[in-house]
Parts: sequence; structure tokens; C-alpha cells
Amino acid sequence: MRLHDAEVEDTFAEAFGMWGARIVVTADTPGWADHAARSLTGFATSVIGCKCEAGIERVLEAGETPDGRPGVAVLLFAPDEEGLGKRLVERVGMTVLTCPTTACFNGLAADDETDVGGKLRYFGDGWQASKVLDGRRYWRIPVMEGEFLVEERFGIVEGVGGGNIIILAEDVATALGAAEAAAEAMRAVEGAILPFPGGIARSGSKVGSRYSGQMASTNHELCPTLRAQVDESKVPDGVGSVFEIVIDGLAPEPVAEAMRVGLDAAARAGASRITAGNYGGDLGEHHFHLKELVP
Amino acid sequence: MTLELTLREAPVAPLNADALGPDRLAGLSRADIERLELFYGNRRSTVGELFDVSGAGEEDVRVAGDLARVTHLGAGMSRGRLTVAGDAGAHAGAGMSDGELVVEGDAGDWAGAEMHGGRLVVRGSAGRRLGGAYAGTRAGMQGGEIFVHGDAGDEAGAGLRRGLIAVAGRVGAAAGLSALAGTIVAFGAVGAHPGAGMRRASIVAMTAPTLLPTYASACTYRPPFLRLCLRRLRALGLPVTDEQIEGFYTRWSGDSVELRRGEILILEPPR
Repeated sequence: MRLHDAEVEDTFAEAFGMWGARIVVTADTPGWADHAARSLTGFATSVIGCKCEAGIERVLEAGETPDGRPGVAVLLFAPDEEGLGKRLVERVGMTVLTCPTTACFNGLAADDETDVGGKLRYFGDGWQASKVLDGRRYWRIPVMEGEFLVEERFGIVEGVGGGNIIILAEDVATALGAAEAAAEAMRAVEGAILPFPGGIARSGSKVGSRYSGQMASTNHELCPTLRAQVDESKVPDGVGSVFEIVIDGLAPEPVAEAMRVGLDAAARAGASRITAGNYGGDLGEHHFHLKELVP
Repeated sequence: MTLELTLREAPVAPLNADALGPDRLAGLSRADIERLELFYGNRRSTVGELFDVSGAGEEDVRVAGDLARVTHLGAGMSRGRLTVAGDAGAHAGAGMSDGELVVEGDAGDWAGAEMHGGRLVVRGSAGRRLGGAYAGTRAGMQGGEIFVHGDAGDEAGAGLRRGLIAVAGRVGAAAGLSALAGTIVAFGAVGAHPGAGMRRASIVAMTAPTLLPTYASACTYRPPFLRLCLRRLRALGLPVTDEQIEGFYTRWSGDSVELRRGEILILEPPR
């Protein structure tokens, strides 16, 4: 099917259930909130090698945060509840607790919760103190700067990981331009994040490898340089570069919405073809069909 | 719908009204309510002998009349909303565990004493031992919130173990006496010797009180928790200024005759 100047394949993105949380980081200045958020979401592009996936959802104005300071909302996803809890404690402890002037709050009201502040409190070595306000417990952990404040319990939900669109164009500049336009549009969707650098992955992967122990390897069918060597190549004539945008969301709806606006933006910005990654439909519980997302 | 109980005449002796909480009245017909027994001085009386009962409803009760000698209004309540249209006698909201008690006038001594949860709002002033512990009891208030828009008497938060007490006006002497934990925020003047014998609690003072020599200054900083706390109090109608939210506070640690884990945070003048 056609969308602006692009051909959209009649296929679907196959995504998986992942557990997600929203972390609100605040600081005295937008700059320090940004430092913490970037550190918190660093090295979290894919569960393949990072154990979790994370990204900045949006920047928060001072009036939107629990303590009235500038902030950033971050979404973090892991394959299961236990893993999500562990990653939250590790990452908040190593990146937010350590960052000057920050505080850290739960940003998701959910039936399921995991203990974050209640585990980080032990860093206080007995000098920590808790306060309950409006039914929510916060931990005050003394640090050299002053005091780190972290909420005890964070809401977690079963969301979606691995929504995606794949953008093809004649060369790197054109394909990247289309992917950047798509990523920019997709970042405006609340409840979803794009975990790869700048929201864009150049190295889409397939499950497994010819090498034992390698759980993922390059998606050779979509590597333009292999088009003449790979019988099953999916790179059409005239395509010189391919990028993938992966989307994780707190629910299927924001993932679908991000894919919808991304498709439209990429098609307007020079993509010649847009497809999506799947594994035949047998692995992931969420299927996002592109034809249902094209206006 | 609101159930209204109007006291016909001012009692000449203390009238114990602990039966008038929304949870105690739930599911009762008007006749049942009028048959409820109350202790009036040293004798038994009934609601019907003393109050006019009108309206209906289970979650919202309003009590009116000259209630200054009516004690235990909302004591032990566990749900719903009870409004006292005027002054309340002693022990209002004592031991309450949930729900909201609003006293539109002043509250007597021991308001919110040993409460476990819920919210007590006093639009006027409160007497001694607000949220405090009764004699012979170690722990006073153990959860919930108390907001006083006027002043509070001596020994507010005595034995405080958990929860939040905020007083818009003056607080008497020895606030937080022997408090175990919890938070007291005083927006007006604070009487002498706050935090005497305090173990872990927090007292926030917007003016410098006379401290015991068993408190020592730690540093001047902006406590992150206080921003949350003060913003919430402002949202609930307490007179919180931007200067108080953004301000620097000196942390005094004590009481060193106890654990020395308590703190008194005193707002510094603007820099």
C-alpha cells in the first residue's frame, strides 16, 4: 500500500509482553535532571545485552512534578517483574542517587508495585529516615551533598516491548533523515519510548546465529551490502540503507500510536519503503499490522 | 445526602458523643439513631433526648449546636466524614483510624489523640496534647493527618509515632514531647523547648524557637522531603509561602538525652 511517497508492506510488527515502570527524576535545574535521566537510561537499548530497555518519555515542567522542580519522566522495561525490580534498584541507585540535587518518584499508579526506595535505603547505613505523605512512603537517605529522597514503591505494569517499524531508502542520508523524522514524531507519544540511540537502530537483529552462544545476530536479510550474496535478501533494488525504530510502551495503544505517527512521518520524509520486523507471529503476543496503522 | 444532628441546648456537663461517628450511624434508621445511648455527665441519655435528627445518609454526618462541652466527637471513627459545625469539646477524633473529621470552630484538648489514620481538620484552634498520647501511653498519634488552621496548645504531638501534624498558627511549649517519629509543621511561633525527649521525629519551624541545649546544629540546606510536604499542605489550604517551600532550613539534631535521631528544621531568613 502507498503512503505519501513510500510503499508500506502488508506485514506486522511482532512485540512481546514486558514489564514497565515510569520513573520521575527531579533536580534543582533541568540540566541535572537531564544528566540523571540520561545516565538512568544509558546502556539500556535492548534486553539482548542490557537486561532492560529504557528511554526518556518526556521532559516535565516544574509544575508537573511531585516536588515542584524540573524533571524528566523515564520509562524502563524488563522481561519480567522480578527483573524490572532489580533493574530499577540498580539503576536508580547507581545513577539517580549519585547525581547532584536529584530526587526520584514513582510516576505510575498501578495495581502491581515493586520496592525501590525501601531497598535503596540501606545505603543510608542506619541513618536513613522515612516519611509517609498522603499514603506514600518516601526514604530520606543522607548523602554528602545533603539528602537523597526516593519513593519507596513504584508501580509496574505489563506493557509491550519490541514494537517496530523498519525504514528503507536509497542512501544513508535519506534513510536516516526519514528515521529521524519518524523518531521525532514518535517521541511525542506519551507512554512509549524508543530505547535505541536517538531512537534509531542501524543494526536490527534476528534471533540466533550460526555461532553457538550468540543469541542474536545481524539481520542479514536487510543488510544492503549483502543483497547480492543473500538469496533471501529483502532489500529491494535501489535501497542503500535501512534503519529500525523499536518502540516499548506501557500498553499496546501507545505503541500502536507511535508506530502510526512514525509511519506517516517517515513516509513524508523520504522513505521509499517501510516494513516491520516479526518472527512469523508465533513468538510475540502483540501483532501490530501496518495496514491498520496507515491512514 | 447528609445526616444532621442538632444539639438542642448546651450541656451543663460533659456529653460523650463517641457514638455519633459515620461508621456508628451507618445502616441505622432515624429511630435507631435516636435510641443510641450517650453518657451525659454521669448518667445515660439518648441521642433523641438531646439532638434533633434530620436528613439521612451514611457517609456524611453533620453535628451542630453548642458543642464545646461535647467530647469525643468522631473519636474512633473509621470512615466517612463528620463535620462539627462549631467548637468541639475534648478528645475530638481521638483514636480515629480513617475518614475525615472537620471541626469548623475550635477543638478542645487531646484532639486526635492516639489517632491511627484519617484526617482531622480544625478550622479554629486546638487545645493541649493535639495528636498526643494519653497518660500512661508511650505512643500518641500513630498515623493520619491533623491540620489546624489556628493555634495549638502545649505538647502538641506528644508521643507522636507516625503521621503529620500541621498548625497554621502558634504552637505551644514542648511540641513533639518524647515523639518517636512523624512530622510536626508549625507555621507560627513555636513555644519553648520543642522536641524535648524526642527520638526520631521531625519538627519544622518557620520561626526560631528556644531550643534545649541538647540539640546541636548540623547544617543549613533545603530538605527535599519538605518541598513535597509543604506543597501538599498548600494544596490542602494551609498558608504556605514560596519562601517556605524554596527556603533553606537549619537542621538541629536531638534530643541527645535520647537517640539524637530527631530533627528540628528551622527556616532561615532569605539570603
